[in-house]
Amino acid sequence: MRNPSKHIIIWTACAFVLLLTSLQAVGGTLKVCSTCEYRSVKAAVSKAKAGDVVLVDGGTYKESGIEITQPIRLIGQNNPVIDGQNSGQLITVASDNVTIQGFTLQNVATSYTRDDAAIRVRQQNNIRILNNTILKTYYGIYLQYADSIVIKDNVIKGENLGKTESSLGNAIHLYYTDDVQIIGNDVQGHRDGIYLETVKNSKVQRNTSHQNMRYGLHFMFSDNNVYTHNTFQKNGAGVAVMYTTNVHMEYNTFEDNWGAASYGLLLKEINNSFIHNNIFRRNTTGIHMESSSRLDFKNNDFERNGWAIKLMTTCIDDTFRLNNFTGNSFDISTNGNAQHNYFEHNYWDKYTGYDLDKDGIGDVPYRPVSLYSMLVEQVPPSIMFMRSFMVDLLDNMEKVMPSIIPQTLVDEQPLMKKIDHDNNREFVQVLRQTASAPWRER
Amino acid sequence: MNKIIKYVLYDIVRSKIVVAYTLFLLLLSIGLFNLGGSADKGLLSLLNLVLLTVPLISIVFATTHFYNSYEFMELLVSQPIRRSKIFLSEYLGVSLSLSAAFLIGVGIPVLLFAPGATGLYLVLTGVFITFIFVALAFLASVITRDKAKGIGIALMLWFYFALIYDGIVLFILYSFGDYPLEYATLALTALNPVDLGRVMVLLNLDVSAMMGYTGALYKSIFGSGWGVGIAFLILVLWVLVPLLISRRAFIKRDL
Repeated sequence: MRNPSKHIIIWTACAFVLLLTSLQAVGGTLKVCSTCEYRSVKAAVSKAKAGDVVLVDGGTYKESGIEITQPIRLIGQNNPVIDGQNSGQLITVASDNVTIQGFTLQNVATSYTRDDAAIRVRQQNNIRILNNTILKTYYGIYLQYADSIVIKDNVIKGENLGKTESSLGNAIHLYYTDDVQIIGNDVQGHRDGIYLETVKNSKVQRNTSHQNMRYGLHFMFSDNNVYTHNTFQKNGAGVAVMYTTNVHMEYNTFEDNWGAASYGLLLKEINNSFIHNNIFRRNTTGIHMESSSRLDFKNNDFERNGWAIKLMTTCIDDTFRLNNFTGNSFDISTNGNAQHNYFEHNYWDKYTGYDLDKDGIGDVPYRPVSLYSMLVEQVPPSIMFMRSFMVDLLDNMEKVMPSIIPQTLVDEQPLMKKIDHDNNREFVQVLRQTASAPWRER
Repeated sequence: MNKIIKYVLYDIVRSKIVVAYTLFLLLLSIGLFNLGGSADKGLLSLLNLVLLTVPLISIVFATTHFYNSYEFMELLVSQPIRRSKIFLSEYLGVSLSLSAAFLIGVGIPVLLFAPGATGLYLVLTGVFITFIFVALAFLASVITRDKAKGIGIALMLWFYFALIYDGIVLFILYSFGDYPLEYATLALTALNPVDLGRVMVLLNLDVSAMMGYTGALYKSIFGSGWGVGIAFLILVLWVLVPLLISRRAFIKRDL
């Protein structure tokens, strides 16, 4: 306050800079609305030069086949709708450095030969797809051979009522794409919610993928990716991931994947990966794993699943520590005797041992595989005798004198009390709140 | 006939065993619902209890009652009353009093803590099992005049249906595991009313979704109106067949 003139100078300078930048922006802006110079998005996009902004105002634009050939920003204001009326692909990106933001894109018909999508990117880098709503399309967002991609806060909703798996496309489909961020999207009603094939060094965070016909998340050959804080819910076959190493899956929720061949998480040939702090709730099978080695399962909660973990004998050197197993019909089931996996310090609600020295660790080892679960694995119809008194009797006899269940599949130090992961959950809440604040754009 | 049933009922209530049975069921059901936490869990524990104790108590009580009221029946036979009427009155008197005990002991807690279709199935199953095991008890009683032998046969029957049968079927399933056994298993469960009741309640509970492919198959059968209808029809058969056989034996027999 001692020197007011200094303040005035600073403020004027600021205002000047602001004016300049806004002038520059106006200079490169092509407006589209019903009364503007451009009345169709296509016309404006074809006229736009590198660095321009195509600003589309609210309203419905019945067009398709929009091709972006310049590095521009295509931005929707007041939620404009681009309605393809089932006449083909809506937006094709044929340039690097493109942003598409704030549109509702709808009605792309099923096309088996062209794989039409709402937004298609082919061999372009540095693309940003933000805050769009994509409704009733064959594929939602389809990228191939692209790098440095941000797909954020989109809502993709397909219509799968009365359709078969093969007549549906994926909501987010990525093929040979590196360095991708898929964040905060809500995808549903497609074949696969998020489909990644050979996608590396990427992040998949805070997405919700639900009610898809097949998988909520499906990836293969996609090394070094991080999946955190996602929710996969009520998908036809849950989540299936294959042929990948070095995956980090943390703080995800897999729930309500019910059905004959539905898995919370199916791991096939996943190696050297970390699966921490996830919740598996009310799935027919929480985790089904085969040929997956050197995985680290820690701090996960398995609640009320049919089978918490189906551990095939092809899995070796997997570690299960500090997990909670509560209310599952079967904790672990396996298909053979050979076991080379390591269980320690888990909490099992079926554990009936005691703790004389009061160190919180049961004095008697716990064998999570029951005789009956082995029988059900071999002869599925015997599931009809679940909760029969005879079955309980046999299980208890086997527990006292194990002869058929795998000798080596044992938790030598089971915990007496359920591990409280709630502290972590609170931490998650904080993470979510900070993350839902405007994302610092790269 | 109504008069005879009335006398039988009066006799049973006076013996106070049924009252004790009612209280026992009531205490157990309320206890289980309060312990279990969720209603589903309570129903599951209750199911196991119902399938184990209800048949046992029904069959033992009905057998002892039959032998104890032998003199009363002899008295009635000397009157101008048809034997079939006497027998059916005895049967209805016992099974109605036991089902009433069950309805009060389990039905009311279920209605309070877990109302719904599954609870209804549980209560219906319990009532059917009472009727079935009273019928089996009467069958055991008409086979032999020796009370000890009769109770022995009744206990064997309970042991068979509650325990041995499941063991045998599991053994069969294990031995023939290489064959498609889905429908064979279905037929085998129909041959044991206890299993049939258990499966019916279980498949209508939340957990049914957890039972994988085969579970889903059975759920599609038992979840439909058709499946439930057929299951209850089989339970009715399970009441009628032993009852009619024992009635025939009772009529023809030299008392």
